[in-house]
Amino acid sequence: MDWRRFGVIALVIAILFGVVVLIGKNQTPPMVIITSMLATTIAVATPLTLGALSGIYCERAGVVNIGIEGMMLAAAFFGWLASIYMNSIFGFAPMPSLIVGVIAAVLSGALFALLHAALSITFKVDQIIGGTVINILAIGITGFLNRQLFFEEGSIFGGNVPHAPGILPSIRVPLLADVPTFGRMFDQQPITIAAIALVFITHYVLFYTRWGLRTRAVGEHPRAADTVGINVARMRYANVIIGGCMAGLGGAYFTLQSVPSFEPLMTNGRGFISLAAMIFGNWTPIGAWAASLVFGTAQAMQINLQFFRELILPEWAFLKNSYIVGLAPYILTMLILTGIIGKTTPPAADGVPYEK
Amino acid sequence: MTENYMLSEARPEPRRRIETNIVLEAKGITKQFPGVLANDKVNFDLRKGEIHALLGENGAGKSTLMNLIYGLHRPDKGDVIVNGKTAAIHSPNDSISLGIGMVHQHFMLIPVFTVAENVMLGDETIKRGALDRNTVAAKINEISKQYGLDADPNALVGDLPVGLQQRVEIVKTLYRNAEIVILDEPTAVLTPQEAEDLFRIMRDLTARGVSIIFITHKLKEALAIADRITVMRAGRVINTVLPSETDSAQLANMMVGRQVILTVDKKDHEAKEAVLKVENLSVRDQRDLETVHHVSFFVRGGEVLGIAGVQGNGQTELSEALTGLRHPTGGKVFISGHDVTGKPPRVMTETGLAHIPEDRQRHGLVMSYSVADNMALCDYYHPPFSKRGVIQPKALDENARRLISAFDVRTPSPFVNAGKLSGGNQQKVIVARELSRSVKLVIANQPTRGLDVGSIEYIHSVIVKMRDNGAAVLLVSAELDEIMALSDRIAVMYRGQIVAMVETKKSTREQLGLWMAGAHVETA
Repeated sequence: MDWRRFGVIALVIAILFGVVVLIGKNQTPPMVIITSMLATTIAVATPLTLGALSGIYCERAGVVNIGIEGMMLAAAFFGWLASIYMNSIFGFAPMPSLIVGVIAAVLSGALFALLHAALSITFKVDQIIGGTVINILAIGITGFLNRQLFFEEGSIFGGNVPHAPGILPSIRVPLLADVPTFGRMFDQQPITIAAIALVFITHYVLFYTRWGLRTRAVGEHPRAADTVGINVARMRYANVIIGGCMAGLGGAYFTLQSVPSFEPLMTNGRGFISLAAMIFGNWTPIGAWAASLVFGTAQAMQINLQFFRELILPEWAFLKNSYIVGLAPYILTMLILTGIIGKTTPPAADGVPYEK
Repeated sequence: MTENYMLSEARPEPRRRIETNIVLEAKGITKQFPGVLANDKVNFDLRKGEIHALLGENGAGKSTLMNLIYGLHRPDKGDVIVNGKTAAIHSPNDSISLGIGMVHQHFMLIPVFTVAENVMLGDETIKRGALDRNTVAAKINEISKQYGLDADPNALVGDLPVGLQQRVEIVKTLYRNAEIVILDEPTAVLTPQEAEDLFRIMRDLTARGVSIIFITHKLKEALAIADRITVMRAGRVINTVLPSETDSAQLANMMVGRQVILTVDKKDHEAKEAVLKVENLSVRDQRDLETVHHVSFFVRGGEVLGIAGVQGNGQTELSEALTGLRHPTGGKVFISGHDVTGKPPRVMTETGLAHIPEDRQRHGLVMSYSVADNMALCDYYHPPFSKRGVIQPKALDENARRLISAFDVRTPSPFVNAGKLSGGNQQKVIVARELSRSVKLVIANQPTRGLDVGSIEYIHSVIVKMRDNGAAVLLVSAELDEIMALSDRIAVMYRGQIVAMVETKKSTREQLGLWMAGAHVETA
């Protein structure tokens, strides 16, 4: 990550914050607006951050993964399903049910990743097609099971959607959360905290450990890795599955942390936006997190503007329409992917199957 | 059979040292690839502290044998014996732990990694869970100093020149305590000076007890540096000889299996008027640096002008500008009086230019197209290849069959992808396409790089034939021998300028070498 890129990120975030502050400043003190925006940004950036980390593990090892969207959707569904089973059928308390739900989400992400790994590493299927298969499969399976289990006559839940065990409670970071005004930022739910921790863990793993060196080697020049005795296929499998776990945790965000329900297609393109964040962050964890925060800011703007709907000036009337503001993350994605913010360099062997 | 040397497994040469000195022995190695018997009962041995050259043309089975010894492939039959014990080598891990290191022809280095990261990869030193870069760097410095290898552990490999990258590869093997080092065509990518440095390093290594297998197809190098030379052809060992008891002609015979003419047969020839005229040409490279500065010269019909120079002195950009692949930033280019400055390649081609590009796989061929399609790339849009905008497969096919036999291209059929052919045959496809047209000017950039003796001989004869038929030939080559053998006049390029222009007859190797190294002497 170069400083210029961080500069662009800071600038975009500042502009989006500025819009909200300008509109709301007569009703709410700017500091409160900024803190609220920051807290929302960090929270809604969670699935993007985890999705980008998923992409980083896969692509640094040389496997393109456009199936993150599908992995997240499947994880969101199966995590939710597991938590409901635990809670309604086996009668566990909400908290253990939610924890089992998170584990189930991570495992289903890993399982879909295993499929992607088998397709792209063992069977050398075109990786874009493999990823597309994952996406379509996830939409199909989750939509089908959702109907069959909950809405069909005679299904397990007999046409009634049972109550979910709720959402993961937020955790107050000791001391920091007690700071007036800004403390709000350090009052976050567990998946968000895990995502931020994983950003730094991934950075360390990739650039300071043997695992990371070998991962990057098989993604840059698999033959060179092979000639020094590294098992290319094994490294790639392991990293794709780790990536699947990241996407799975990102999926858990939707149904176990954000809202206590599942809707078909609820990931809503977040998996693809996280790929844009990964690219914008030049395949580095910290860069990708910064980029996820840009997208998070765009979404936080949409959420926060709703509080100030009445204050929006007539000539800014388009901001009243949350659908238009809601386009911001997607427009940002397109701008970023056109490469106007400088060139990024993917790993040299990204997407290329290794032939011995 | 016109072969001077019968294929045989027996080596007539008596062993002069005791058996225990043999550090590595391959016995009866056989490896079958689909359609090719790559190694056929190969026997080979390496003594402690010697440089043993393995000589042969491309496809003779040298690299296969080494990949088997290194564990990248498994032999179908035969044993590898290391230090007197039969070794089970299943993967590079096994060979590395037996003290075998290999420097591959295409470097196994990761450009975005530092030297230290490249060296430690697969054999990392770990301190408290993290990579211990300092310890590795210290060890690299120590090895580097000991053998005069001059490798900076913190440099990014992608920033290093090719010669230094190769040293990093050598450090990689020594870092793993290799006592047997296999060098696969190490000089193919080096300038003459870098090759000299490499030979010095090789001698240093053997003086310290390292044994080296030196794979090459260059006779001179084998004769210059090897203690013994083993020649392979068509998957078999032909013979093992001492350099003092053989010569180039004999080795070439063994390699190719027939008499080879090593000197180019070139008669004096009267040059006509200038075909290519270059006036004050300046060119920038992709980093926007001016790599050709105000160059002027001409090439007459019926002569070969050789451009000598160490690689990277502007030759690439010059030939790209002359063939329409790169826009010059200043000056003029004329072909037969037509101003073609900055014109696209098609205009150049139609004016009578034939181009044999430097990178044959990227700029000379479409690797995934058939031989027949590649042979029509210059005129596919004309009748008879196209009629009313539709390609005529029959015409392409006939053209290809004619050229395949005329230019002796070894291909199973015209429909095989160009990428499947050997380097020599790929080059023949390009030569056939370019030189079968009516051509006034030939620009050949490194036309024989990486080719085997037979193909080099053939390409050279074609170039001389074009000249004798009255075409102007501009030959760019990093091989001074090639320049001197083919050219009528020689221009030396140094840092983007032509620093000398001489007639070949009046030049000497030493003088040219000085000019190439930047010693500015008045133009003779």
